[in-house]
Amino acid sequence: MLTRVLHSSITRRFVTALGTLFGVAVLVFAMLRAIPGDQVTAQFGIESGALTAAQRASLESYYGLDQPLFVQFFSWLGNVLTGNQGFSARSHMSVAELTALSLPVTIELAIITIVFSLLLGVPLGMLSASKPNSARDAFGQVIALAGLSIPAFLLGSSVMAWAASSWGENPNGQAFAQLAENPGLNLRQMILPAAVLAFGIAAPIMRTTRTAVLDVRSKDFIRTARAKGLAPRRIQFRHVLTNALVPITTMTGLQFGYLLGGAIVIEQVFSLPGIGRQVLVGIEQKEYAVVQSTILIIAVCFVLVNLLTDILYRVIDPRVRAL
Amino acid sequence: MKTRSIAKRAAGAAAAVAALALLAGCGGAETPSGDQSTGAAGSPGAADPAGGALVVGVTSDVDTLFPWKATQFNTVNVMQVIYGTLTEFDQDLNVAPGIAESWEISDDRLTLTFHLRQGVKFADGSDCDSADVKFSLDKIADEATAAVARAQLSSIASVAAPDAATVVLNLTSPDAGLVSSLASINVAILSSDDTEEALNETPNGTGPFKLKERKPSQSLTLERNGNYWGDPAKLDTVEFRVIPDETSIVTAMQSGNVHLAVFDDPLVAESAETSANAVIQEQAQLAYHVLQLNATKGELTDVNVRLAIQCAIDRQQVLDAAALGEGAITGPITSPAFRSDPSARPCPDRDLDKAAEYLAKAGKADGIKLKVMVSQGEYATSVNEAQSIQAQLADAKIEVELEVLESGAYVDRWLAADFDAAVALNGGRPDPDQAYSRYFTSTGNLNAVAGFSSPELDRLFAEGRSSASKEERESIYTEISSILEDNAAWVWLFTSYTYTATTADVSGYVPMANDSMQYLRTTALG
Repeated sequence: MLTRVLHSSITRRFVTALGTLFGVAVLVFAMLRAIPGDQVTAQFGIESGALTAAQRASLESYYGLDQPLFVQFFSWLGNVLTGNQGFSARSHMSVAELTALSLPVTIELAIITIVFSLLLGVPLGMLSASKPNSARDAFGQVIALAGLSIPAFLLGSSVMAWAASSWGENPNGQAFAQLAENPGLNLRQMILPAAVLAFGIAAPIMRTTRTAVLDVRSKDFIRTARAKGLAPRRIQFRHVLTNALVPITTMTGLQFGYLLGGAIVIEQVFSLPGIGRQVLVGIEQKEYAVVQSTILIIAVCFVLVNLLTDILYRVIDPRVRAL
Repeated sequence: MKTRSIAKRAAGAAAAVAALALLAGCGGAETPSGDQSTGAAGSPGAADPAGGALVVGVTSDVDTLFPWKATQFNTVNVMQVIYGTLTEFDQDLNVAPGIAESWEISDDRLTLTFHLRQGVKFADGSDCDSADVKFSLDKIADEATAAVARAQLSSIASVAAPDAATVVLNLTSPDAGLVSSLASINVAILSSDDTEEALNETPNGTGPFKLKERKPSQSLTLERNGNYWGDPAKLDTVEFRVIPDETSIVTAMQSGNVHLAVFDDPLVAESAETSANAVIQEQAQLAYHVLQLNATKGELTDVNVRLAIQCAIDRQQVLDAAALGEGAITGPITSPAFRSDPSARPCPDRDLDKAAEYLAKAGKADGIKLKVMVSQGEYATSVNEAQSIQAQLADAKIEVELEVLESGAYVDRWLAADFDAAVALNGGRPDPDQAYSRYFTSTGNLNAVAGFSSPELDRLFAEGRSSASKEERESIYTEISSILEDNAAWVWLFTSYTYTATTADVSGYVPMANDSMQYLRTTALG
């Protein structure tokens, strides 16, 4: 009985996930300490050179920097496990409160982005695959190449400046509106950044779609379907696309996971207070607890998205369900 | 079955997209009302005649609301309009009355008596009197407080408050720069009933504005403080809106969402002028760009090597290459009242022959190698300056190896004096004693970073502090300046501008050389 539980894939997955999260925690902790400077020098800059030893000691004890690293790590971990993720002296808010504000922004942006990139990437991939090495394939490939190679900050600032100068439309210049308090403005603030991000993310989705569709089309059952006289459109959607969905889902899940880590550059350009910026500012200010806890939260999200992707396979593909 | 479920999902997704598009469309149609609901801030055209809501675009959020620990540019600016100080600077950086209406110094210059203004109140309505001043100065001196201004007030032996309107400072030694030090926002006067913890939640100052709302990483909004002792601020509110990317600030000015922003990059200022029709005010800065030489390290211990470096650098060329020529070459002292003559140095202009002579005198006729560290990202021109210096020194057989560092790593090594030479942008101070005694006196807390001191400099700085007459102080600091230049302690390069961009409807704002935004109190919109 016990062995069966231990061997069940869910338990194994859970244990692996915990191991991964612990690894992330240790790694982030170590990396943060390896960055030169601490919260005192981050706050005071060169003025910290003017602090007396006693002043410095007072600040170090305030920020908990006077504790040995080992103690710092386990007291932080212990606190996280009991639900206290730490406090940001800079924002005068707990990490939980900060995350409650920033994570929904990032999740919303990620969802809209994924919808946009699927809408762009999948049809484009199918178009390319419909006649490989033709003009329409080249068209699809060029768009994907552009998506991959145009830096998001450049595209973002250009699009924003263009919208502001031609229509005076710049929702991102206004104060950020939470979805719940002003959905109209919030969505206007999300559209451009999501579109810019989607342009980049549609590229791998398009390529995966193209490869998967080409692969499926060469299978015997498609030839059979064609031979029995099914309409090409029906073959394309019912047989080819359905069977190509697994790799597309994998790629989409992966991209969604990355997006939950915060699209830092886009958040900077469009002034979105997402989780990426929370990490960035935390690193700049050397707010160790903020960065450690936030990254742990991001890692949990990533693990969850992977789990969801796996469950989706089962929904999409009966062969996986049978396993 | 499977097909149907997929079709259903697809239909669901399509519906979601349609709903999104619809919402977005509605949002678009609602623009005017949407703007109003976010405050008059959204649309400068519709300014409230009573005063208006100014939006200042800033690249970073404040890092503390406690004025004694505020050192970052934007934090200092916000604290500056919430809190008050005993003395203040006027727009020419002369010391002017603040909470103290007047002051006098005893004949032995060891007792400084301040007479406080009547009717000064904190934002919470309580009175600000001599007990609060004494409390503040005593607390700053307490090392446990970790206040950054402690070192600048080290000449204060004790503080007395004989009556509610009088504060007496007893000094250990004369300190001519003290009234100027007291104008720093790091010496803000706090209520004796307040604590750091409480003030981080709810600031309580005697300044023209008080905190209305703060959204960390997004914005900080101030409103007029009705209890301010001076002329009440014209603006109803000032919002410091965090827009991390400078280009996005320009775009926000273009669309009328932001009214005022301060840039240090001439290229960004230019784009604000051309694309957003902003009015640009250039303001020469006290801060100076410098090649710091560490005279305690290797070949730099030899004054001739340092002079060779001075002679091989054309400051104007560095300025042209790095900052489009926007600025002025400078000597050590940048404050207007004591400004050094930039040409009063062994090599006022680039002179490669003289550089070769100095190197020969140092026994290094074949040239030397020099490691120069520079930070990336802290300010726009740093790496370009370093590259210009590298190219110029190469002509004088001084081979520069550049170490380009992330700003945290740079500050760490700078503080530890772990460098031979460093390209730096150091903040200036209105009083030359504040600006340089911490670097170039042997007991200065940044002397290790400066890498140079001498008994003569110690004596001159002490004289400068104890002297009462302005003329005498001028000649002392001229002498200090020439000692620094003759020894090529550092190679001072240039001062640059900051560019204050305002939309056409903003009036009454005066930029200052110390970067202070205190004149938000006289600014009006519309």
